[in-house]
Amino acid sequence: MKRRSFLKGTVASSMLGVAASAGLLTPQSILAAWPKAAFEAKDVDDGMEAVLGSSDVTESGDINIKAPDIAENGAVVPITISTSISDVESIAIFIEKNPVPLASSYDLGPTAEGFISCRVKMGKTSDLIAVVKSEGKLYSAKKMIKVTIGGCGG
Amino acid sequence: MNISRREFLQMLAVASAAGVVLPGQAANKRSIPPNQIYELPAFGNVSLLHFTDCHAQLMPVWFREPNINIGVGNMKGNPPHLVGKHFLKHYGIAPNTPEANAFTYLNFVEASKQYGKVGGFAHLATLVKHIRAQRPESLLLDGGDTWQGSATALWTNGQDMVDATKLLGVDVMTGHWEFTYGAERVNEIIENDLEGHMDFVAQNVIDNQWEEDVFKPYVIKEMNGIPTAIIGQAFPYTPIANPRWMIPEWSFGIRDDKMQDTVDAARKGGAQVVVVLSHNGMDVDLKMASRVRGIDAIMGGHTHDAVPEPVKVKNAGGTTLVINSGSNGKFLSVLDFDVKNGEVRDFRYRLLPIFSNFIEPDVEMGKFISDVRKPYIKRLNEQLGVADEVLYRRGNFNGTFDQLILDAMLDVQEADIAFSPGFRWGVSVMPGEPITFEHVMTQTAITYPTATLNEVSGEQIKVILEDVADNLFNEDPYYQQGGDMVRVGGLKYSIDPTAKIGKRITDMELNGKPLDARKNYRLAGWASIEKREGTPIWDVVTEYIRAQDTVRIKELNIPKIKGLGKNPGLAEV
Repeated sequence: MKRRSFLKGTVASSMLGVAASAGLLTPQSILAAWPKAAFEAKDVDDGMEAVLGSSDVTESGDINIKAPDIAENGAVVPITISTSISDVESIAIFIEKNPVPLASSYDLGPTAEGFISCRVKMGKTSDLIAVVKSEGKLYSAKKMIKVTIGGCGG
Repeated sequence: MNISRREFLQMLAVASAAGVVLPGQAANKRSIPPNQIYELPAFGNVSLLHFTDCHAQLMPVWFREPNINIGVGNMKGNPPHLVGKHFLKHYGIAPNTPEANAFTYLNFVEASKQYGKVGGFAHLATLVKHIRAQRPESLLLDGGDTWQGSATALWTNGQDMVDATKLLGVDVMTGHWEFTYGAERVNEIIENDLEGHMDFVAQNVIDNQWEEDVFKPYVIKEMNGIPTAIIGQAFPYTPIANPRWMIPEWSFGIRDDKMQDTVDAARKGGAQVVVVLSHNGMDVDLKMASRVRGIDAIMGGHTHDAVPEPVKVKNAGGTTLVINSGSNGKFLSVLDFDVKNGEVRDFRYRLLPIFSNFIEPDVEMGKFISDVRKPYIKRLNEQLGVADEVLYRRGNFNGTFDQLILDAMLDVQEADIAFSPGFRWGVSVMPGEPITFEHVMTQTAITYPTATLNEVSGEQIKVILEDVADNLFNEDPYYQQGGDMVRVGGLKYSIDPTAKIGKRITDMELNGKPLDARKNYRLAGWASIEKREGTPIWDVVTEYIRAQDTVRIKELNIPKIKGLGKNPGLAEV
C-alpha cells in the first residue's frame, strides 16, 4: 500500500483495503461490495453505466492525471488522480484498451479530498480515463499511456 | 589551413581583444579560422561549460555525423532535424570549413583527413583549462553517458571514466548508461569516488516503493556571488530502453510537474539562475522548455545532436534556451550569462568542436589515459581486418559499421534476419584503416552484450519494427525514447515515418518473398533487456572480421522511405 494514501486515510476504498488486511472484514463482506457488472463490462461506456449509473460525461480541465507517458512496467503502472472539483462523490479509472476497462472505482466520503493514488495493469498502449462524480454529474479527463516492448534506446 | 600546435598555443597565449564572430551576427557566411575557434573572451558573471554523451572516448576519434535525422510533425525541418547542406544553410556555416566538418557528414573522409580526429580527454582538458582560465568561477557540467562506450570503461566497471572526469574537474553530472552498471555500482561510485568532488543530480529518479528522491534533485553553486541552480534530469526511459532488472527499485519518467516544483524550490532557495542538466534528448528538452516555467537554460544530450545555437523556447514564465552539445567527446559548450539584480539580462553561447590537431594535449590527462590503457593495450590494438570504405554508425536507419555487425550476425549465427539496436554511440573508421578490437568495442561495449538467436514469427517481427519505429517517430516527443531505428539485416521493408503505429512498416520481404506472418524465422539479435547468458556480440563480430582480408559492405540495408516528401532531415548519399 502506498504511504501517501495510507497517511491520508480519507479514501474509502483504501480504508477498505486497510480494514481487510487488518482482518476486520471477512471476504464475504468485501465481495458484497463488489460491483460485478462494472468489472464485467467490455467497454468504457458500459463500465461507466454499471459503476456510476451513467455514461454522460463532460470533459474537465480540473482533473489532473499524474501517470507515466511510457509505462516502465505494464503490470504495475503508478497513477495519481487529483481534482479541484468540489463535493467529489467518487473517482473511477478506466483503461480503454484493457479487456475490462474499469480498473478501479473509489467512493469518497464527504470530507475527503479529491485525490487517489494506485497502480493499474495495462496490456497495451491505451488512454487512461479518469471520471469524477460530483453532485450527480460526471466529469472526465484522459491521458495516453504507452506500453512498449522496450530495448534499443540510446 | 594547417596550423602547428606551437603556433596555436602562441595564439592562445595572446589575449585576443578581437570579438568572436557570433552565430547570426556575421553578414557573410561563418567561417572561423582555426586560430580563432577557441578565442572566447569572458562575458557576464555566470559561466557554464558542458559536454555530454562522450561515451567513454578518452582518445581522439573519427566521428561521422548523420545524413538521416528525420523530424516528423512540428519537428520537421527544425533543429536538430537538419542534415548536411540544410544544416549549413540554417546556421550560415560555409562549406569546406572545420565547422562544416564537425557538424555534418559532408565530404567526411577528405575533410576529416584535413582537420584530423576529434575529441579526446587530453585535448578536452587543455580546452577546459583554457576557457576556465578566463572564467575562474565557472562550472563544468557532464550530461551523462560518460562511464560507458569503450572497452576500458567496461573492463574497469566505469572506473577509468570516473577518474578521468574527476581529473577534468567536472562539478555536476547526471546519467543514463551509467545506470547499466547496476544500482549498487552507481551508489558505490557516488559514495566512494564522487563525494566531495562532484554532484550526481537527477530530479526524475525516485524509488518505486516510497517515491522518494534517489539522488539529489539539484544543487546550488555560487559564481561571482550569483547563486546558480543545476537541476538534474536523467534519461527518463532508462528502465524501458535498458534492462530494468539492473535498477529494479528505481523509477524514472519525464516528471514535468516535479521539474516545475524543483525549479520553484530552487528559486525560493535563492537561485538567480536555473539550469537543467538534461539527458532527455533534444525534442523532449524543447517540449519541456515550453511547459515548465523559470528555467534559464536546458543543457541537454542523449540524442547526440550537436546544435551550434541555442533554441529560444517561449513559455508562460519567459524564455528558456535549449542547448544540445553533441557526442563522443567532439564538442564543448560554453554558456555565459550576464546576471544583474537577480535576473539574466544577456548571454553568449558557443559550441566548440574539439579538433585534436589544433589543441595540444594536456600532459597530466595524457599520462592518466596512457596509464589506464596500459594493461589492456595489446588487446585494444589487435588488428582484425581492414575496411574498404568508411565505417560509421549514426543515422536513423543504418550505418556501415552496423551493417558489418548485421552481416556478422547473419553469417556466424546462421540467421535469416538480424536485428542490431539503434544506439547512437560508436566511432567511425576511415577507409584503409585497420579495424581494431577497440573499434569493435566502441560499437558494442555494454554490460548486457549477449548475442541471441530466436525463432520469431513474421507477425512478431512486424510488431517489433512498429514498436521501435514509434519510439523514434511518434509526433509527441514525450512518447519517444531517443534511439535510432533498429538496424535490420536480411529483411527488406518500407517505412512511412509520418504514419501512426501499426501503419508505418510495409513491404516486408526476405530473399525476394513477402514475409509470412505465421511462419517462424531465425532472428539474431543482441542487447536483450531480459537476462541472457552466452557469447557476447563482440566475439561474433571479431570472428567474422578475422575471417576476411578486407571487409566489404555488400549492401547498406536502408528501408525504402515513404511519405516524407522533401525533408531537411534526409539526404541521399
